[in-house]
Amino acid sequence: MKLRRKILTASLAATIIGLSACGGGGDDEATAPVEDSPEFEAGTTMAELAEQGSIVVGTKYDQPGFGLENLEGELEGFDVEIAKIIAAALGIAAEDIEYMETPSAVREEVIEDGDVDLVAATYTINEERALRITFAGPYYQAGQQIMVLTDNDTITGPDSLMENPDAIVCSVTGSTPSQNIQEYLASPEQLVLFEEYSLCADALTNGQVQAVTTDNVILAGFVSGSDGEFKLVGEQFTEEPYGIGIEKGDVAFCEFINETLAAAAESGAYEEAWETTAGMIEGAELPELPEPAPCA
Amino acid sequence: MTTEAVLYDEPGPKARRRIRIWTIVAGAAIVALLVVAVRRLAERDQFSMEKWGPLISPANEDFASVWRVIGEGLGNTIRAAVLAMLLSVVIGTIIAIGRLSLGRTGRIPLVGLVEFLRGVPVVVTIYFTSRVLPDFVETSGWIGGEQLWFLVIGLTLYNSVIFAEIVRAGVLSLPSGQREAALAIGLTNAQTMRSVLLPQAFRIMLPAIISQLVVVLKDTSLIAVVGNYEELVGAGERLYIILGNPIQMFTVIAVIYIAINYTLGRFAQFLEHRLSRSSKSAAVRVEQEATTAGA
Amino acid sequence: MDAITENLDAFWSGFLTSLGICLWAMVGSLFLGTVLAGCRVSPVPPLRAFGTWWVTTFRNTPLTVVLFFFAFGLPAIGINASFYFFGVSGLVVYTSAFVCEAIRSGINSVSAGQAEAARSIGLTFGQSLTLVVLPQALRTVVPPLGSVIIAMFKNSAVVGAFGVGGDLFSTGATLTSAQGYANLPVITGVAIGYLAITLPAGAILQVIERRVAISR
Repeated sequence: MKLRRKILTASLAATIIGLSACGGGGDDEATAPVEDSPEFEAGTTMAELAEQGSIVVGTKYDQPGFGLENLEGELEGFDVEIAKIIAAALGIAAEDIEYMETPSAVREEVIEDGDVDLVAATYTINEERALRITFAGPYYQAGQQIMVLTDNDTITGPDSLMENPDAIVCSVTGSTPSQNIQEYLASPEQLVLFEEYSLCADALTNGQVQAVTTDNVILAGFVSGSDGEFKLVGEQFTEEPYGIGIEKGDVAFCEFINETLAAAAESGAYEEAWETTAGMIEGAELPELPEPAPCA
Repeated sequence: MTTEAVLYDEPGPKARRRIRIWTIVAGAAIVALLVVAVRRLAERDQFSMEKWGPLISPANEDFASVWRVIGEGLGNTIRAAVLAMLLSVVIGTIIAIGRLSLGRTGRIPLVGLVEFLRGVPVVVTIYFTSRVLPDFVETSGWIGGEQLWFLVIGLTLYNSVIFAEIVRAGVLSLPSGQREAALAIGLTNAQTMRSVLLPQAFRIMLPAIISQLVVVLKDTSLIAVVGNYEELVGAGERLYIILGNPIQMFTVIAVIYIAINYTLGRFAQFLEHRLSRSSKSAAVRVEQEATTAGA
Repeated sequence: MDAITENLDAFWSGFLTSLGICLWAMVGSLFLGTVLAGCRVSPVPPLRAFGTWWVTTFRNTPLTVVLFFFAFGLPAIGINASFYFFGVSGLVVYTSAFVCEAIRSGINSVSAGQAEAARSIGLTFGQSLTLVVLPQALRTVVPPLGSVIIAMFKNSAVVGAFGVGGDLFSTGATLTSAQGYANLPVITGVAIGYLAITLPAGAILQVIERRVAISR
């Protein structure tokens, strides 16, 4: 896939640049200047983290554009850059961030257990999850969409799945999109689930499935990498605001993150974070920072 | 004695002609199949250097990185398999001793446990350890990473009962005179087990243990279905998503697996052959227990 | 326990799907394995080489990799079928290697005099194999073959990850990770489902073993 190649090449290039930049003392990848020993009210999470000078961030390792581990074992993506912006505001340099892989199924748990300080992992804000953890943000507004082969004229959106009961839709096991799509299906047999979206894209190429559904940004990545083989059809039929998961009830930290995001949008750091990651995907539009949800 | 000698005589001129005809027919069919497969692969660009380069060409910019990731994956596979084997042998031996030394009613719970774990798919036990264990135990700080231990414990749950059966079969296959003689010179039951029966049983079991290692090595890949431990198959998965060459990547992974497991299999056969000179039937019986239990 | 009682329907249909996969794969792998064993003992070199290659390849490759090649490799070279068909086929191909070896060692266990007697009364290779050697080999083959088939029943849990929807294992995965049911009861339910296949299978195997057993 072209996109994968592109991300890989970009990552390798970044590594080389990063290495040479180390010698010069500069850091090409920094998206926001690291605060010089910022002051926080004693007892807050911010004071604690700033004091300790490091932070543990949960993210995905397999999500192109958002959180992907490259061949050198480094992480790259919009989620990672957002985490770096927050860390920088706490006076923590990018190299002092410790990452932990948090696939969809474990995100609430690692926050509750205190294994991580925050989770930025294409993490849709919803009420169920908000019962267990607190969301800061959102920092990005995604929406579920449908991707088909370019020469497919029968599937024009989620509603045409019901009319084409032979069309198979692919999504990922245990994901929100796989649950959302079900009301549009004629029968449960229409849905095929894999562990990863890239498998769905392969199955689409192979003609084993006729449609793939998940958040638009993920699909956009596959579309741009497919050399015109895939296309998106229909409107976004859900709203998936991506938030940052933190410990339940930590309102001060939540408000701090929201302020930091607003400041990053102001300074252009937010834009730069996007442009160097998910924004590299053709056709991906520069997002506006969404209005923050109230912290609770 | 080879198989063919049992089934047919040294072929005469007529039979030889018939075999030659069949050889040509079968050979042609296999070659035709290969040609079709190769042509289909070529038509779909599956032989391109873009897809094979990172795997086979040292000149490729990604070659070193790719093989480093594969190497780490292989290391993780071996680490998990060896840990699971060691644990399984120890726990399996304890279960076996329990089964052999407890009375008829005393061993009922043990037999129940063995039957339960034997009947459940390994992927379910690994799923169990990676999802349920963290609900009850603090797993996050475990040395080597919790994912490694989810896999190791999941594999051990199943393989320790397999080993219990292998050890039991090994001990039972020893001539009863061994135990009687040991008891007669005044050793206790425990001493008899430890210094007379088990050492001999382990010698007979060695081929079976190696055969089981093949099963465990393959089963480590089941974590790719439920967890995040990057063993060989998981590493291949991550690499092909970056490089866009699933068929080529998994061909290489399969070849690595076949090379290791084939070597181990031959080694087990060699050991078995050496052992069979002394105590043939026992070694064969124990071996059978192992090779058929896992698959 | 609500997780089980509320989803009895899902568990039941998952059980039936898994049972179906097991039965198809059993028929398929017994047939294919027997054919392969025939290849491996035949006097025709290419067939023997093919059988050896098959066994070496599929016995030493993890099932996950075999299934991957079926679900994604075959379609990539233009062979399309349902994921169900691919899943069952992958299971058949993998298991057939073990079936083949079990049968072959059974053939080896038949005493040479039997085959010699068969030949001396003029039976061909095919006749002596199917009429004299295999029926006797069957007796020694039943216990290991049974273990192979029961192992295959358990291996069937893996096909759920390769697009075969609705089997017992993926039903459990959906209930826990997408619908938020507690892990312990759901996984216990899945385990019971598989035991409901493997334990009776083990019992049936013992009955068959007793039936075919002869004192030699």
